[in-house]
Amino acid sequence: MAQIRVENLSKTYRVGVRDPGLGGALRGLFHRRYREIAALSGVSFSLERGELLGFIGPNGAGKSTTIKILSGILRPTSGRCDVDGLVPWQQRIAHVARIGVVFGQRTQLWWDLPIGESFSLLRDIYRVDPSQFARRKARLVDMLKISSLLDTPMRQLSLGQRMRCEIAAALLHAPSILFLDEPTIGLDAVSKLALRDFVKDLNRTDGVTVILTTHDMHDIEALAKRVIIIGNGKLLRDSSFESMRSDVLGERRLIVDFAGDSDDVAIAGASIRARDGRSVEYVFDPLRTAAHTLISRIAAAHDVVDIRVEDPKIEEVIARFYALHGAVES
Amino acid sequence: MNSLSLYFSFIRNCLRAQMLFPTAFLLRFGSQFIITITEFGGLYALFMRFHHIRGWTFPEIAMFYGVVSVAFALADTTCRGFDMFGPQFVKTGDFDRVLLRPRPATLQLMGFEFGFTSLGRVLQGGIALAIAIALLHIDWSLAKVFLVVWAMTGGFALFFGILLLQATLSFWTVESLEIVNTLTYGGIEAAQYPLDIYANWFRKFLTFVVPLGCVIYFPIATVLGRNDVAGVAPWLGAAAPLAGVAFLAVAFAAWRIGIGHYTSTGS
Amino acid sequence: MTALPYLAILRARFVLMLQYRAAAFAGFATQCWWGGIKIMVMAAFYASAARQPIDLAQVITYTWLGQGLLGLLPWQADAEVSEAVETGNVAYERLRPVDTHTLWLARAIAARAANTSLRVVPMFVAAAIVLPLIGLGAWRWRMPSSPQAGTLFAISISLTVLLSSAFTVLLNIAVTALKTRRAANLAPVLVSPLSGMIVPLVLMPVWLQPFLFWQPFAGLVDIPYRIYFANLTGMAALAGIAAQTLWIVLFVLAGRAWMARVMARVDMQGS
Repeated sequence: MAQIRVENLSKTYRVGVRDPGLGGALRGLFHRRYREIAALSGVSFSLERGELLGFIGPNGAGKSTTIKILSGILRPTSGRCDVDGLVPWQQRIAHVARIGVVFGQRTQLWWDLPIGESFSLLRDIYRVDPSQFARRKARLVDMLKISSLLDTPMRQLSLGQRMRCEIAAALLHAPSILFLDEPTIGLDAVSKLALRDFVKDLNRTDGVTVILTTHDMHDIEALAKRVIIIGNGKLLRDSSFESMRSDVLGERRLIVDFAGDSDDVAIAGASIRARDGRSVEYVFDPLRTAAHTLISRIAAAHDVVDIRVEDPKIEEVIARFYALHGAVES
Repeated sequence: MNSLSLYFSFIRNCLRAQMLFPTAFLLRFGSQFIITITEFGGLYALFMRFHHIRGWTFPEIAMFYGVVSVAFALADTTCRGFDMFGPQFVKTGDFDRVLLRPRPATLQLMGFEFGFTSLGRVLQGGIALAIAIALLHIDWSLAKVFLVVWAMTGGFALFFGILLLQATLSFWTVESLEIVNTLTYGGIEAAQYPLDIYANWFRKFLTFVVPLGCVIYFPIATVLGRNDVAGVAPWLGAAAPLAGVAFLAVAFAAWRIGIGHYTSTGS
Repeated sequence: MTALPYLAILRARFVLMLQYRAAAFAGFATQCWWGGIKIMVMAAFYASAARQPIDLAQVITYTWLGQGLLGLLPWQADAEVSEAVETGNVAYERLRPVDTHTLWLARAIAARAANTSLRVVPMFVAAAIVLPLIGLGAWRWRMPSSPQAGTLFAISISLTVLLSSAFTVLLNIAVTALKTRRAANLAPVLVSPLSGMIVPLVLMPVWLQPFLFWQPFAGLVDIPYRIYFANLTGMAALAGIAAQTLWIVLFVLAGRAWMARVMARVDMQGS
């Protein structure tokens, strides 16, 4: 039985429209116009306990809307949704007691309080049994390496430190589902890697279901076996990342640095994508020609200094996907 | 942890945070007190010139003033979360976080901030009341003391309701809810005087729409033994603060509607 | 140095203000309310007959003037400055190719002018025009008592704008020096009673009058309004204008001196 079930979820908004400039502002004083925006149209999917899902799409595609509906703070216009047997927006208090949410750009910790105090307050708010809390907190503090921060007020922390504390805070009450909304935004490279490792561990060891929204495709690559792509309010793809990649941009690239200048560098089974002096970039379909075949062919015909095989960057794959489906930023 | 303990937990944290900067805290408390005492002083200055206002003397006005000040100040102190609801929660989207916690929104908002510095106004109201009681020659009975406290309670409920309505309005427009100040600060200004000095339409407004008259004027007039001027029988004057509670109930209903609106339109 | 940047500031404020249409209506309603209550209370006081330094009609006009021109009063430091100080960006003010004190003064003047012109028109229409039309002429905002009173008032209220702005700049400097907008908290404590907004200064006890006349905040409300309905005429009016001018000069000089010291110590904050 799926833990999260979403059926035909739709959400439309009415937004006020104002003309620009002084004249428009004056007119706006007396008469307002509206337009309707379909943030979500008929999105359906389901999630089993313990899955780690990546949620991607251009800005304004409907990702945050879906997350808000799933967490219970937004009501859909139509459609059904249940999480662990509860309807999020109808049984709010029971539902939110079981989930943890981390917003990348906003904090849930108290600005002036030391982190440890914030944690204690959360324990009281979530009614966590004190001994269980102590154990859980010790474990999270250790895993996220924040023991030195417990006495520091939140406002004095750097972004990386803050994010680690945020995640700990979201997990103190042992939720069965964790929503991560742009968690790596603004973090430095080391923090990003640490965060990814932590989430992967958490999902694997504790079986916490994780829904991750992000623009950083490396997060997706590192964590999500399954991705759902939302564009223009519609669900465009629900599959493993690999299958999407091979469907959309399954080519591979071969970059060869030749020893000498040569006019004829054409190779059977690959076409030339770019050329820069002695460096040539080939593109080929791995399903028809294997990389090692090409490498042998090239090495046999020319003197070569270096060879690299690359997959197209994830951003390229995604951009291609968006382009194919007309999914634009709104 | 049950709701009441949680509330006190919030207050404790708030006090601790404010006490980190004791001089700033004292300055704010002090300036609150000075501002309100200055207003009271202005009132006294007017009486030095005019001696009475339609038959009501300074100590009697001081009593009205003290009761409404304390009632408002208590509401101001405990309901800061609602007072700052628009800019602090709706505009920033932080109300989402309130909804993501497994506790009633009202409890969280009341625990958001405890306006310790507004106790400056409570002190001032207390002083005004003390002066009034010292200068007046009232035959104090338990019933009369209770009535004064009951009037303050009704006043507290009324002002809480007003702040709740202001918070509810901010679901629709975050811009400038200063109009509600007409009812809070304007309410103190209006209710510190006996309502019979006002025009009929205004008196009716302050009795039936925003029942300031019911929570201050009628019960205190009863305590002062001026029921004939106030035009209400003593028992009615004693029951009148209920109107404040009723007002609060209506405000809560509107608040629930406001939350419904928020969850439908998002932030 | 052209006036262009300052005009741009003024225009930007207007557009900003017009966007807040709920604010526009709300502000107006609030002030009608306040004015109404104060007037009703004063009318009840005045019913007890004895002669006073100003009569009820003048108090009523005083009240409406106060509500209409509320935007002129310096309640707090400039919001932009408070913001800049709290985010640590205040040093950027020094990067602009204009003298900082003059810039802040101009900005304060622009804010006062924009704030007020928006508020005073509907207030005037309601209190000076509509009230007589609906038969409540006794409660109306009366015109200046005479052409001289009107002219002197125009001068005096212009000085009020300068005085208020100069004081606001002092608040800005205080906020910058103490690195928190709370430094300006004492402003309402001083402005409210001493300007005459709580009780017209002339109604305060007789022995306080000399002090009240010569303190800086009288020039914000009491002096110009009394000139308006000719409670201060001739030499007395000129004395009032002199008092305003004196305090403008003092505030500006003090401001410039203080600013030089404070700005030398201001630092930029990274994140």
